[in-house]
Amino acid sequence: MSDTAKTTASPQRAGAMSLTLGPWIVAALLLLVLPFIFDNNSSITIMNQMWITVIFALAYNMLLGQGGMLSFGHAVYMGMGGFLCMHVMNYVEDFGIALPLPVLPLFGGLFGMGFAMLIGAISTSGAGTRFAMISLGVGELVAACSVIIVAFFGGEEGISGDRTYGLPFFGIEFLKQIEVYYLISFWLMLSAALMYLFSRTPVGRMANAVRDNPERAQFLGYSSRWVRFYSFMASGFFCGIAGGLFAINYEILTEENLNTSSSGIILLVTFLGGVGFFFGPIIGAIAFTLLQTVLSLKTELWAFYAGALFLATVMYFPGGLAGLIMMHVPAFKFRNAGKLVMPYVKTLIPGLITVLGIAALVEMIFHYRHASVGDDEMTIFWTTFDSHSVVPWVIVTVITAIASYITKTTAPDLKEAWGDANTPPTTGGDA
Amino acid sequence: MSAALELSGLTKSFGKAEIIRGVDLSIGKGERHAIIGPNGAGKSTLFNLITGRFAQTAGTISLHGRNLAGLEPYQINRMGLSRSFQITNIFPAMTVFENVRCSLLWSMGYKYSFWNLVSRSKALTEGAEQILEQINLTARRNLPAGVLSYAEQRALEIGITIAGGADVIMLDEPTAGMSHSETDYIVELIRKVTENKTLIMVEHDMGVVFGLADYISVLVYGEIIATGRPEEVRGNAKVQEAYLGEALEDEH
Repeated sequence: MSDTAKTTASPQRAGAMSLTLGPWIVAALLLLVLPFIFDNNSSITIMNQMWITVIFALAYNMLLGQGGMLSFGHAVYMGMGGFLCMHVMNYVEDFGIALPLPVLPLFGGLFGMGFAMLIGAISTSGAGTRFAMISLGVGELVAACSVIIVAFFGGEEGISGDRTYGLPFFGIEFLKQIEVYYLISFWLMLSAALMYLFSRTPVGRMANAVRDNPERAQFLGYSSRWVRFYSFMASGFFCGIAGGLFAINYEILTEENLNTSSSGIILLVTFLGGVGFFFGPIIGAIAFTLLQTVLSLKTELWAFYAGALFLATVMYFPGGLAGLIMMHVPAFKFRNAGKLVMPYVKTLIPGLITVLGIAALVEMIFHYRHASVGDDEMTIFWTTFDSHSVVPWVIVTVITAIASYITKTTAPDLKEAWGDANTPPTTGGDA
Repeated sequence: MSAALELSGLTKSFGKAEIIRGVDLSIGKGERHAIIGPNGAGKSTLFNLITGRFAQTAGTISLHGRNLAGLEPYQINRMGLSRSFQITNIFPAMTVFENVRCSLLWSMGYKYSFWNLVSRSKALTEGAEQILEQINLTARRNLPAGVLSYAEQRALEIGITIAGGADVIMLDEPTAGMSHSETDYIVELIRKVTENKTLIMVEHDMGVVFGLADYISVLVYGEIIATGRPEEVRGNAKVQEAYLGEALEDEH
């Protein structure tokens, strides 16, 4: 076979599947530069959380997006890695072992992988309901164990440690947030690159094939089960890395890191970002962390808005934010993207006002119902008013109604412009 | 000529219903063997038994003299038997190229490796491109397989089936639902890609069967009532009565 392949001498297409370095270099530079732009401590804390979530979400998407396995208990693998790292950290402190902190996440990764192998051995025989239920069951089980096996999980208060008691690593003691930031960034780049490369290996390609059609894959010589198992294992490894970084960053792990609500959040993050593209979970993790940290400072109802956004994504943009971005590629290719600008402005600005108006009404109802008696004054959008008087209600309702009406009337134009922009230029006119 | 595939006393029951009722069949190496019969005769079930999709109730199946009992489809595939399906069975969300490349991975020895990058393998890329050339889908290379026309999807499925270099190829109704010109195209394709290989196919189109097959077996109600050269089978009174008279009339 290979002999005939040589004689036909088809030109090798290097560009078709080659690994472009551009985005990776940009990402690395951004990671380096960001702490100089957002240099206060709270921004760095947010970014640390963000990058850990990025690793976790990418690892989760190895299952959901690339392997077609819906896991409801994936926080377990991150949590397990985290707990182990916490123990290792304390061990290093107690016995004065020369273990540099930067390699600590590796222990978490290996432990996460080991645990994934254990669970994967039973759960990966199918990808459907059975897999999802096992993942949910294991999640509940481990979360329950956290109060039973106190020696490992530390009961209700969890376990904590101190990352600075180890030996300094090239003089760095990891006292400052910024030092931890660069440690996390290093692991982020390494993990993301490895996960990307994994998707380009034979087993990574077959994960896609098994996701699409497990039966056909069987008749190509691959056991669907083993392909799933390897994906599961790799996913567990990177979840464990994320857990290790979590341990370093927060210096405490509790039951909360293992439970189903954490597992639910990572599903939400990944889906929000888009499971169909490798970079989807990255966007999802960034967007969600911003919602979680920045929005939660502004309103108690941030989870409500995050939930609404998730619902809207599932219903209207199943490709997630990444899908939304990639939808625009053809328009740019046809050099038609300009045609979309005005229709977008005309529809999206009133659309945004509608959304903000509805949010304002939600906030007002919340304030009206839940603020302490006598506290009638509330502030939204830099405006302070009395939530018990009629006027603000009327104003907000009217603005929202008008904005919604404008959105509705301009939407058809946007749709038309969209169709126009996505027509190849040879057929599209100047109009 | 030693047998590529040998069935003896093969039986399959679903509950009380006996679908395959003691099939004995020997298919020689390099033979093009068609299995024909009326609807519900058990042709697809027979295929599913041979390829390990179902487990037989009794009897043995051996491929190149090795018993297939208890083996999973992927294990049977690795022994050099590959099949297509009656209902198109491809990877719809992956590109055409990717479909073919995935079907080359195992046979090229990549197994479950996660230390090779598929795009770096020249042999893999060239192998897949060669298959695409053979099935005339080079121009469709980068399209998702799901958007191809029906005939193209069928061609792709044949490509996937032969890509792994299996020497026993089983095709389940490769021309089902095709127009005349599409059928001609697929038949030519089958002839081309199964050269020097053992071909076993289920087919309803008698034109295709008599044009392509060296041997024909007639399966009626789970039993093979005749096996032989096309002209022998055509002349067989039992076959005429049970099936072929009707089927040949339909052709006209």
